[in-house]
Amino acid sequence: MKRFDLIIVGAGPSGLSAAIEAAKRGLKVVVFDENEKPGGQLFKQIHKFFGSKEHRAKVRGFVIGQQLLDEAADVGVSVVLNATVIGLYQDKEIVVKKGDEITHYKADAVIIATGAAENMVTFPGWTLPGVIGAGAAQTMMNLHGVLPGKKVLMLGSGNVGLVVSFQLLQCGCEVVALVDAAPRVGGYGVHASKVARTGVPFYLSHTIVKADGDKCVTGVTIAEIDDKFKFIPGTEKHFDVDTICLAVGLSPMSQLLKMAGAKMEDNPKRGGQVPICDEYGRTSIPGVFVAGDVSGIEEASSAMIEGRMAGVVAAEYLGYIDEEARDAELVDMDKALDGLRQGMFAPKNRGKAIEKTEEGIDISMNLLKKGYIADDEIERYPGVTHKKGVHPVIECTQNIPCNPCQDACPKKCISIGSNITSLPIVTEEGDCINCGMCVASCSGQAIFLVDEDCGDGTATVTLPYEFLPLPESGTKGIALGRNGQAVCKAEVVSVKSAKAFDKTHLLTMRVPKEYAMTARFFKVEK
Amino acid sequence: MAERIAEHPILGVQEKGELVTFTFDGKEIKGYEGEPIAAALKAAEVMVHRYTQKEHKPRGIFCAIGRCTDCVMIVDGVPNVRTCITPLKAGMVVQTQYGVSGKPFEEQ
Repeated sequence: MKRFDLIIVGAGPSGLSAAIEAAKRGLKVVVFDENEKPGGQLFKQIHKFFGSKEHRAKVRGFVIGQQLLDEAADVGVSVVLNATVIGLYQDKEIVVKKGDEITHYKADAVIIATGAAENMVTFPGWTLPGVIGAGAAQTMMNLHGVLPGKKVLMLGSGNVGLVVSFQLLQCGCEVVALVDAAPRVGGYGVHASKVARTGVPFYLSHTIVKADGDKCVTGVTIAEIDDKFKFIPGTEKHFDVDTICLAVGLSPMSQLLKMAGAKMEDNPKRGGQVPICDEYGRTSIPGVFVAGDVSGIEEASSAMIEGRMAGVVAAEYLGYIDEEARDAELVDMDKALDGLRQGMFAPKNRGKAIEKTEEGIDISMNLLKKGYIADDEIERYPGVTHKKGVHPVIECTQNIPCNPCQDACPKKCISIGSNITSLPIVTEEGDCINCGMCVASCSGQAIFLVDEDCGDGTATVTLPYEFLPLPESGTKGIALGRNGQAVCKAEVVSVKSAKAFDKTHLLTMRVPKEYAMTARFFKVEK
Repeated sequence: MAERIAEHPILGVQEKGELVTFTFDGKEIKGYEGEPIAAALKAAEVMVHRYTQKEHKPRGIFCAIGRCTDCVMIVDGVPNVRTCITPLKAGMVVQTQYGVSGKPFEEQ
């Protein structure tokens, strides 16, 4: 039987991170992954990540994936692919199935980093071809370059549902509606806003009644539900769609731990059956650690830090470093992880209805119910100010751990301060030079550069634009409001692209000046 | 291949393997070598991969990562092949799966 110091199950963000830290400290490490390629779900994430510099904020997920693979290769981590771990037994014996062959391995320590699986909901017609998971949509479009469908209805308004809806729009699909049984949008308001402003209607407190179709999906009926989750008769709406996408949460894939006899608990805040573990992933079995979504659903940024922690803790467990060295390493990781677990969407706030920001400002109810901030709500946020000339308008209205905008501005026009979740404010003294770095750096696509009065009765609005084809200057079209409805005619002044913008193009449009604070998206006139 | 993304605003033009021919229920279809069989079928607008044994209900791609087994088909004579994670090769013979057979139920 082949032996290793450390066996890691899962080559996603947490497993790779754990492997890197352990290998750096001299452990003989192997990572098994059932997939054909390493990286877990990172290579399907094409949006810019949130957080701060230490969390690789404003870097797109697939780029972070490549950085991790490079780092793993540099320190000599060996990843065995197409290798499904089917058993974790006593004394850390691991059984791996590769093709038709089954092999036993043994390790002195094991890190389980198996991640999570998508949840599903059932309704009449849910088994029809054309009903797919949101992850399947991402896999098809972002890995294989194939459209998941042409007309799509998305069920689920958490970050996955919102982000995948935007990705569907980016590859040219029509998203006919975003539906959620919950009464409030579950994910970040900024993710909802960038979908809503393109014209996708949100139906909260609604769910799917049935999917139509004989051999595959041809349509879908939704209806409003009451507070007991019962359909309200007469509220049915029908959409012609070829695809229904389900983004209804994730569940930890913790089966191996249960099999090994680790103490488990059913914890809805963590997403289901999870091993009981401490903050560094130590389970009830000495030498068996966990990292990432398998011990509680969060996101890739925190999974990477958890992985690094587990790698360091495993190195100490096997005596490759002493306790003092371990604790010294963990200090910065603790801080980084703590930073990500702050704000309205922190794990500790899961399920809570938060009505005010940390600053005491009312949260936009329209944002929570319809996906966009109403025109009469936007002025109350500190990023929304008025000035002569071009200035940033920051429509960031919820406390989320993210701060690249304050570093992006070379003129110090934007400030968040030391508290990473504070709402960005536009400073009095900063003088905007219209460079656009803030617009491109905002992972939530919530910053606009506005010149409210160009002196000729018009205003210009610069917005982040990540669609193809890029309109040319002079293109005439329609400006859409935050709600995705047409507000006025608009003409493209310029479309700026730069390497530093990382594929976020800066589209500047001219609109009548009375629409400077309402026009937020550009649609080509057909 | 109407359903392929020619150029993606973030990912650009994706690298693909060689364009190869395979058959689906006897019909020649083109796909890129190395991509999942399911991706090639999807690009060719094939939605139904199999019919269930008991109720003869259609199934297609669902999870696309080899977990749910909804997309299994008969590939080169072998039933229950997860097409979403099986790389396409030139000349593969892919068949709709009826229960666990390649023959429609009325012929079984």
